[in-house]
Amino acid sequence: MTRLVYFAWVRERIGKGEEDIDLPADVTTGAALLSYLKTLGDGYAHALEHESVIRIAINHEHVEHDEPIAGAREIALFPPMTGG
Amino acid sequence: MAGAAPAPVIVRVQRDDFDAAAETARLVAGRAAAGAIVSFTGLCRDEGGRLSALELEHYPGMAEAEIERICRTAVTRFSLLGIAAIHRIGRIAPGENIVLVIAAAPHRRAAFDGASFVMDYLKTAAPFWKKEHFADGSEGGWVAAKDSDDTALAKWS
Repeated sequence: MTRLVYFAWVRERIGKGEEDIDLPADVTTGAALLSYLKTLGDGYAHALEHESVIRIAINHEHVEHDEPIAGAREIALFPPMTGG
Repeated sequence: MAGAAPAPVIVRVQRDDFDAAAETARLVAGRAAAGAIVSFTGLCRDEGGRLSALELEHYPGMAEAEIERICRTAVTRFSLLGIAAIHRIGRIAPGENIVLVIAAAPHRRAAFDGASFVMDYLKTAAPFWKKEHFADGSEGGWVAAKDSDDTALAKWS
């Protein structure tokens, strides 16, 4: 099981802030994760429609979309940040 | 400098307001080498009367970790004597504080640069998001990231 967490409009569109999910064996990178999640329902498809906009963090660190996700405890998906 | 205490790095994410003067005094207490303090406070604008509040969301754990990474990079790069970064979350009304960054250094240039560097990276890399609430009672959208915030990083590379 992998813990997924979502923030801001990604969270709102998916309809939940976190979930534990069993990922198929061929979902090995951040990009593959986005593609897979988009098949899970309209909310996911809407949230992740523009994949290049989505930021990915693994275990609290920013990663690129081609980063392997094997062994990740927690993967976060969120929009560009607007703090400060 | 043998015997010098390591530069303090103070990072907090909190709902409550902060006191910039008190945080500054705490950061430089006992650090007589500090000849310069630059303090930046970011506030919530009313956007011409349109806005009633901003709602600040964060990624607990990563937000603190990312700000600390940015602060430690700044300490090394600008040889700071201390840095503090405090970011508020929750509902914040126009005129209220959102973020505080204080950089202490022997001379002014490093203190200015350290505070500016931390703010530039905090805005683009620390996981916080702002949602607008309008004065007419309606819920606005999520604030969009600005390209100008990304281009601001170019001067540090």
